[in-house]
Amino acid sequence: MADIILNKIYVKVWRQNSPKAKGGFETYQVENVSQGTSFLEMIDILNDKLILEGKDPIAFDHDCREGICGMCSMYINGHAHGPDTEVTTCQLHMRKFHEGQTIVVEPWRAAAFPVIKDVMVDRTAFEKIQQAGGYVSVNTGGVPDGNVILIGQDDAEEAMDAAACIGCGACVATCKNSSAMLFVAAKVSQFAKLPQGKIEAKKRAKAMVAKMDELGFGGCTNTGGCELACPKSISIAHIARLNREYLSAKLAD
Amino acid sequence: MSSFMSASIGRKLLMSITGLFLISFLCIHLTLNLFLTFDDSGNLFNLAAHFMATNPLIKIMEPVLAVGFVVHIIWSAWITLENMRARPQKYAYGDQLLSWWAPAKNMFILGAMVLVFLVIHLVNFWIKMKFTGDPLLTSVNVGGVEMHNAYALVSNLFMNPLYNVLYMIGGILVGLHISHGFWSAFQTIGFSNQIWLKRLKFLAVAIGVVFAAGFAYIPIYFMIKF
Amino acid sequence: MSDLNSKIPSGPIAEKWSNHKAKIKVVSPANKRKLDVIVVGTGLAGASAAASLAELGYNVTAFCYQDSPRRAHSIAAQGGINAAKNYQNDNDSVYRLFYDTIKGGDYRAREANVHRLAEVSPNIIDQCVAQGVPFAREYGGTLSNRSFGGVLVSRTFYARGQTGQQLLLGAYSALNRQINEGTVKMHTRHEMMDVVVVDGKARGIIARDMVTGEVKRFGAHAVVLATGGYGNVFFLSTNAMGCNASASWVAYKKGAYFANPCYVQIHPTCIPVHGSQQSKLTLMSESLRNDGRVWVPRKKEDAAKLRKGEIKPNDIVDEDRDFYLERRYPSYGNLVPRDVASRAAKERCDAGFGVNKEGMAVFLDFKYAIQRLGRDTIAKRYGNLFQMYEKITDVDPYKEPMQIYPAIHYTMGGTWVDYNLMTSIPGLYSLGEANFSDHGANRLGASALMQGLADGYFVLPYTIGDYLGGEIMVPKINTNLPEFEAAEKAVVGRLEKLFNIKGKTPVDHFHKKLGTILWDHVGMSRNEAGLKTAIEEIQKLRKAFYSDLLVPGELKNVNPELEKAGRVADFLELGELLARDALNRNESCGGHFREESATEEGEAKRDDDNFAYVAAWEFRGVDEAPVLHKEELTFETIQLTQRSYK
Repeated sequence: MADIILNKIYVKVWRQNSPKAKGGFETYQVENVSQGTSFLEMIDILNDKLILEGKDPIAFDHDCREGICGMCSMYINGHAHGPDTEVTTCQLHMRKFHEGQTIVVEPWRAAAFPVIKDVMVDRTAFEKIQQAGGYVSVNTGGVPDGNVILIGQDDAEEAMDAAACIGCGACVATCKNSSAMLFVAAKVSQFAKLPQGKIEAKKRAKAMVAKMDELGFGGCTNTGGCELACPKSISIAHIARLNREYLSAKLAD
Repeated sequence: MSSFMSASIGRKLLMSITGLFLISFLCIHLTLNLFLTFDDSGNLFNLAAHFMATNPLIKIMEPVLAVGFVVHIIWSAWITLENMRARPQKYAYGDQLLSWWAPAKNMFILGAMVLVFLVIHLVNFWIKMKFTGDPLLTSVNVGGVEMHNAYALVSNLFMNPLYNVLYMIGGILVGLHISHGFWSAFQTIGFSNQIWLKRLKFLAVAIGVVFAAGFAYIPIYFMIKF
Repeated sequence: MSDLNSKIPSGPIAEKWSNHKAKIKVVSPANKRKLDVIVVGTGLAGASAAASLAELGYNVTAFCYQDSPRRAHSIAAQGGINAAKNYQNDNDSVYRLFYDTIKGGDYRAREANVHRLAEVSPNIIDQCVAQGVPFAREYGGTLSNRSFGGVLVSRTFYARGQTGQQLLLGAYSALNRQINEGTVKMHTRHEMMDVVVVDGKARGIIARDMVTGEVKRFGAHAVVLATGGYGNVFFLSTNAMGCNASASWVAYKKGAYFANPCYVQIHPTCIPVHGSQQSKLTLMSESLRNDGRVWVPRKKEDAAKLRKGEIKPNDIVDEDRDFYLERRYPSYGNLVPRDVASRAAKERCDAGFGVNKEGMAVFLDFKYAIQRLGRDTIAKRYGNLFQMYEKITDVDPYKEPMQIYPAIHYTMGGTWVDYNLMTSIPGLYSLGEANFSDHGANRLGASALMQGLADGYFVLPYTIGDYLGGEIMVPKINTNLPEFEAAEKAVVGRLEKLFNIKGKTPVDHFHKKLGTILWDHVGMSRNEAGLKTAIEEIQKLRKAFYSDLLVPGELKNVNPELEKAGRVADFLELGELLARDALNRNESCGGHFREESATEEGEAKRDDDNFAYVAAWEFRGVDEAPVLHKEELTFETIQLTQRSYK
C-alpha cells in the first residue's frame, strides 16, 4: 500500500441548494490527501473543512461504501463513478488522481433524474420502472420446492450477470441520450432467462419499456457507453434480449 | 401499432430495418460502381446502368428505396430531438469513455454529412440521367442495344480532383456510418447475444471498411489511370 | 423467575411453532382491509414483511431512509443463506441447524425461536427461487451449496458473492409488486424520528422527510421496526454509513426493552484500517476462509521488518509462518466461528506479530490454495472479492497474501421481543437484526439473511394476526390525537435543539471519539475497569456534544449533518448502555469476552449458573441507570456444554 500524499488538489463541484435553485460550479482546495483514501473520504475531508469554515457541506448520496447499494453517484472528470473501471464512486481511490489536479464533479444529468441538492439526484424514476413489472407475481407461501425448478448452470449464470445491476444510474448518466435501456434490460433479461420469469415475460417487457418512455428517458442508440460505465459490467447483449422480448410481445398484440 | 412506432424501441426498429435495407442498396450500388474500374471502354458499366434503368423489379424498388431514405432520415431527426430532450442540462466535462469521433456517438452527424453528399450525388448523376439530361450523356450502342452513355458522364466527373476528394470523403463517411449502423441494426432487432455481439461488431467494421475502401478506390483508380 | 413474558408455547420443541400457529388469532380478509400497518426499514426483514402483509390484505405504509428500498444494507451480505434442505445428503436436518445455531450462539439464544428459524429455513429458499433469485446451480440444474464457519455440513445457498443483494432484490420485487397494486405506500428518503404510543399501544410514527425537512405524522394499528443493528455506534464498522439505531432507540425510550446490547459480532476478515481518514471498513466474505490460510510471522523480528516495509510477506518461508488458527483449533482450523477467529487475530497482534504499518493486521494467504487448485479455480470462486480487495488496497491477492483484521460487523443484541416478535410495547414489532432473538451471543455466517427473511416472510405475517385480531374494531388512527401532537412537537424540538447548539465541532468528530472509546474498552476484549472508564468517558462526551456540536445548513432542506447529529445523539446513549450491559455480564460468551472470565488457554468461559439469561434493559431517563429485567433461558432440548472447536 504505497502511501503517497497529494499535497494539493482542487475539487470543482456543482452546487445547487434545491431542485429549483440555479446551480453553478464552485472550486475548493483540498490538502494532504493520501492516495490510499477513497474518493468519498476525500469529499468527507472537504466537507469537514467546509463546515469548520461555516459553509454548507456538499450534499451527495452514498451509503454502503463497498460498491453494492448503488446509492453513490457523481460524474467525475467525464466519467460516471470516476476514472476507474468496474467501480462505483465509493470504491474509487485517490491513487487515480495526481498532484495539483482539478477534479470536476457533477451530478448525474438527465431529465428523468432531477437534482435534489448539489450532486444528489432523484432516481425515483427507476423505482417506477421496477414497480411497473420488475417482479415475478408470486405471493409468499405456496411455492414448490426449490429443486423442482431445474435451471441449467449457464442460464443461472447469465441471469445472475444481469441481476448484478445495482440500480445506480451510471448507465443513464453516461448515455448520450440519458437512456435507461441497460437498467431495464438487466431486469427483463434476468427474468427472461429463468423459467419462473418466462410466464409474465411479455407483459413485463411491455410495461417496463412503456414506463421508461413515459418518464422521459431517451432512447437507446446502441452507443455502448452504458456497459463501459456500468460498475458491474452488465453487457449490452441484455439490451438485445430486451429488444427481442419487447418486439415479440408487441408482435403478439 | 402507431403507439408501437412512436415507442422508443419501435422508432429504433424502423431505423434498423430501413438502415439494413439501405445497406443492401449500397451493396448493389458499390458493385455497379466498381464495374467502372473493370472495363475502361465503359461497356460493362453502361450495360449495368441500363439494366438498372429498365428492369421492372428495380423500377418498383426505386420508390421503395426513396421511402426508405426518407423514413430513415425523418426518424433519425425525431429520435435525435427526443434524445436531446432527455438531457436538458449538458455536462461541463463531457463523456470521456468513448472518443469524440466514435461513430456510435456521431450517427446523426455522420448521417447528415452523408445526406449532404447524397444530394450532391443526386444532382450530379441521378437527376441528369433521369430528368434533365447532359451534353455528355450521349447515346451509345452496346451489343446491339441503344442506351445512355452513363460511363461518359461518370468518368468525366472523376477527372475532377475536387469532386474526387469529395467522393472519397463521402465513401469514408458511409463506411463509418455503417461500421456502427450494421451491428446496431441487428442489436435493435434483437438478433444478438454475448457471442454474436462480438461477431456483429467485427462484421460491421469489416463492412464499413469495404464500403469506404470500395467507394474511395474508384476516384483513386481514375486519378492514377488517367 | 423472569418478569418478562416471552410467550414461548409449551410442548416439545419441534411442535411449538405448529401448536402456536394453530392457537393464535387469524384476521378475516374483510377486516384486514381495515387495518393499517407501518413497516420501517426495507432490508430483508422489512421488505419481506411489508410485501407479505400487503399480500395478505393489510394496508401497509413502508419507510426507508435511502432513495430506494433496494439499498438497505442487507444488500451487502456476500456469502450466503443457510437452510436445512439437506440437498447434499450430508445428514443435515432442522435439528442440526437448530443445534449449530444454539451452539454457535454460545447457548445464549432462545431455543424455541431458533428451532422455528430452522423449521422455516427451507421455505425461504423455495420462496426466493420462485421469485427468480438466481442462486448458483449445479450442471444438472439443482441448487448448489457451500460450507461456512462453525458447521460441519454444506447448507449455505448463494448467488456468487452477492447473495444478500439477490435476496433483497427478490424481496424488493415482491414489495414493488404490492406498491404497484396500491397495497403498499412507500416513503423513501424518510427517517423515523419517534414512535407514537396511544393508551399503551403503538399507533404510529413521526418521520422526517429528508428532502424537504418536513416532519410528518403517520398512524397505524401496528408498527413494525425492521431497522437493522447498531454496529455503527463504533463509527468504524462494515455497516453502511447511514445505518443507525435511532428507530430502536426511540422505541426503547418509549418503553420497549433493549436486550443484550453487549453482544456485538466482530468479523475476522475485514480490510484493515488505513490511516485516520477512513470512514468505514470493508468486509471480505467469510467464504474466503474455506481456501485461505491465516498466518502471522513466527518470529517477532520478521513482523517488525514487515511493518517497516523492509521485507515482503512472500520473503518469509513456510517454516517461519505461524498458522495460528490451525495450530490452536486443529479440527475446525481456519473455519472456526467468527468470534474465535477474531480474538485469535487480536491476540497475535497484541503480542506484537501484526503485519501492517499499524501492527493491526494478519495475513489471509491463497498461495496454498492456488498451488492446490490452480489460479482459475480460485478466480472462479472469489474473483469478485479479489478484484474488490485490489481496488481498495492496490495489492494483488493472487500474488501477495491479503491483509485482514477484525471489525464490527453485526449486532446480536437489539430490541427485546417475545415469541411473536412483539416488543414490550403492545403493537410494536421488531424484526431481523433490530431484534435480539435468534443468534444468542454470536451469529453464525449466513444466518442473518435467514433470520431476516424468516421473520418477514414466515413469522410476522402469522403472529401479527394474533394482535391485530383484537384491533378490528379500532377505526383508522387519527393523527390529530394529542399523543401525535406531542410526539411531533418533541421531534421538532429535538431537531431545533441540535441545530441551535452552534458550537465548533462537526458531528463526525464526536462519532469518531465515541467509536474509539467503545473499540478500546468495549471491543473484542473487555474488563471491569475499562468498562467503567468507557461509561464515564461516554457521559463526558455526551455533555460536550450538547454544548459544542456544530450543525450547518438548514432545518428545512436536505441536511445530512442534521441527520447524522440525531443518530449520533442516540449512539451516545446506546454506547453507554452497551458498556453497562457488558459490565453487568461478568462472563465470556460468544462475541462478548470478559478478561475476568477466561480459561487458562485464553478461551472464553461461560458462567451458566449466573448468566443464562437475556438482559433486557428498561429506560428510566438519559442520565439515570436503566433497570435490568432478566429473562431466564431454559434449555429443554440441548445440553449446555463449553463450546470447543479444537
